[in-house]
Amino acid sequence: MKNRLKVLRAERDWTQAQLADELEVSRQTVNAIEKGKFDPSLPLAFKAARLFGLLIEDIFQDEAVSPE
Amino acid sequence: MNDLKTDSSNWAARSKKNTMRLGYWTGAWLVTMAVATFGPLLMWQSSQLLTVLAITLNLGTGFGMIVANKLHLQGLDEMHQKIQLEAMALSLGVGLVVGLGYSMMDVTNLIAFDAQISHLVILVGLTYGAGIFAGHRRYR
Repeated sequence: MKNRLKVLRAERDWTQAQLADELEVSRQTVNAIEKGKFDPSLPLAFKAARLFGLLIEDIFQDEAVSPE
Repeated sequence: MNDLKTDSSNWAARSKKNTMRLGYWTGAWLVTMAVATFGPLLMWQSSQLLTVLAITLNLGTGFGMIVANKLHLQGLDEMHQKIQLEAMALSLGVGLVVGLGYSMMDVTNLIAFDAQISHLVILVGLTYGAGIFAGHRRYR
């Protein structure tokens, strides 16, 4: 699963640690999600979407589905 | 610059507290284990009452450690819970398979010495440690 977490975080000038605090996960987990090594659960994805004021699909994209 | 609230470190503080609590209970369990093991030899010699009390205390702190470990695991984030789950599955599987194989080797006299439970504990500990290491490397 691809995601725009790193871009969205950088746009807001947040560190991984700050984002991790907001999502109530560790910095390592944020790093793993950004690198696409760990796929978050649906509740965590919703939390990230709420935090950025976006829809889940604006942040996370299924790699099997090519963008239109 | 950034408009994130800075008082949202509750999770990190809770996680740290859970880890510290687990550390305290594990330390207490180890101390009571040492007392129960070496007390009859070095401290009170033949008093069975003290030995029973020491073992009861050890079991009590052991249950405390189990509860602290459960709370620690529940307090981890989902990636670290996954790493723990995979490491525990590995150590449980290896402990079961190798432990029973080791026991069979003892029963059938394939090994010249008696199988020791401590060897199994060391194996499980090493396997669990290796599992945790591998998990952290995978998601780094």
